[in-house]
Amino acid sequence: MIELRDLTKRYGRTTAVDRLTLTVRPGHVTGFLGPNGAGKSTTLRLVLGLHRPTSGTALVDGHPFAQLPRGLRHVGALLDAGDVHGGRSARAHLRALARSNAIGRSRVDEVLSEVGLAGVAGRRIGGFSLGMKQRLGIAAALLGDPPVLLFDEPFNGLDPEGVRWVRGLFQRLAAEGRTVLVSSHLMSEMAQTADHLVVIGRGELIADESLAEFAARSARPHVVVRTPDPTALTTAVREAGAAVESAADGSLTVTGLTPAALGDLAYARGIPLHELVTRAASLEEAFMDLTADRVDYRAGDHR
Amino acid sequence: MSALTEPTRATGRRAAEPAARFRDLLAAEWIKLSSLRSTYGSLVLIAVSAALFSVRAALADHHNWPDYPAERRAAFDPIHDAFPEEGWLFIILAAGVVGAVTIAGEYASGQIRTTFAAVPARRAVMAAKVVVLAAVMLVVGVLAAGVSFALSQAILADRGVGASLGDPGALRAVAASVLLLPVCALIGLGFGALLRHTAPAIVTTTTVLLLLPLAFDTRNRWTAAIHNALPVPAWERLVSNPFIEFNEHLATIPGSWVVLAAWPVFAALVAMAVVHRREP
Repeated sequence: MIELRDLTKRYGRTTAVDRLTLTVRPGHVTGFLGPNGAGKSTTLRLVLGLHRPTSGTALVDGHPFAQLPRGLRHVGALLDAGDVHGGRSARAHLRALARSNAIGRSRVDEVLSEVGLAGVAGRRIGGFSLGMKQRLGIAAALLGDPPVLLFDEPFNGLDPEGVRWVRGLFQRLAAEGRTVLVSSHLMSEMAQTADHLVVIGRGELIADESLAEFAARSARPHVVVRTPDPTALTTAVREAGAAVESAADGSLTVTGLTPAALGDLAYARGIPLHELVTRAASLEEAFMDLTADRVDYRAGDHR
Repeated sequence: MSALTEPTRATGRRAAEPAARFRDLLAAEWIKLSSLRSTYGSLVLIAVSAALFSVRAALADHHNWPDYPAERRAAFDPIHDAFPEEGWLFIILAAGVVGAVTIAGEYASGQIRTTFAAVPARRAVMAAKVVVLAAVMLVVGVLAAGVSFALSQAILADRGVGASLGDPGALRAVAASVLLLPVCALIGLGFGALLRHTAPAIVTTTTVLLLLPLAFDTRNRWTAAIHNALPVPAWERLVSNPFIEFNEHLATIPGSWVVLAAWPVFAALVAMAVVHRREP
């Protein structure tokens, strides 16, 4: 379990993390979302005691992580896959980490095969692709068999097979009763990985809820229809008090009517329908809506 | 089989955590140092060049000996051939760089965050780094100084002027030269921890070790005081022949030992303090 209480981090005038209060519970994969620069990485570094909070606390299973003499059996973390010395082999890198925490050599070989790097364990990390470095970072996080795991943007650089494997791994770790916190700036990745979401923007908490609640929160279900008589249907829909937009391909998007009501309406007016599809607002859209006013770096935004 | 594949509750079956032992950190730092090819390259280079420079100096004197006038023969210092300055300046530089890179390289690569996420006790990590670096450089120092002394004196013995360890100042010179390697490496480590970037750390280390002694000459009493308080001049004083006084503001022998000891101790303490305090 990770507990943040009024966690705040300022760098000069910039507030990277702003009074963040939040509990990350075991048994779930918690997605940690926010636009670039939202403070996700800073928050994870504060949890690991790498950075000191300006105020507030971050506790891991009830203790400040920085006060533990050894960390790997408490928290496994992949912060940045590049945080490794390129001159060492994967095995030497993991052996040094393992030894510092009194973890045996056999465990190093276990995690190397677990992440699929057993075949390249003797090669220098400097020659690894980003995806291989991500796998090495995940191996390091698993070394101590910890109850809490933190992953910062773990999908970067992974191939589709790797992404699927990582998702399965995270879900398995959570099913084992561990606390799994995974940060990402892409909602699409989280939708298939996390069952709980924490969203921050400009260092502030925006949402902390289950994936289902998140999807429902700003869902704007709409219905896409095709008809040979769009003019008549548009009039009918507007008269019924709903909104309609026509698309270039001739379809109409109706907001404010259930599919059943729309079908009944068309039937009552004698308008034929050739297609009727319901579309829930995507999680991506919900995420964009939520963070729209808290994006620091937007293309075309001259500040 | 990995515990991760067993569908048990992670929190319920955790084995008791073994006690945090400093020797595990020592072992980890040893793995880190010994798993880098650059470490072997630097250390072999140091030992080999020490031997080669001393052999070259001894061979030169051996060759020229018949032509030396009597007064030059009388003033001849065989120990100087074991630790010729031009060769040892290179060794001093290499040792300082090894120390600077040990920590600055870890900051530059970001490895330091991985290290401290695994071991939050940062001072203990730095203490382990200091001990491992000092021990490794001490071994290299024994090799470099021992081989240099043995080879050069064996060559000079052919002319009947080779010194043995029992001669006045000989053991002192060898001991100071052995210690010079860990001393320079720890000074490099101190600047590496302070500056956290490889290039500035190397430049600063080089400046303090090799250039500052030139900036403060021994003609004036005050500049001599600073000169004598620098690590490389202290070593030069300790390897000098006790019968040769090469400047008027000469440092004392005990004072030079203190200087040689104080620099690395201070550097190690600074390294531990700044690494603990700063955010990686």
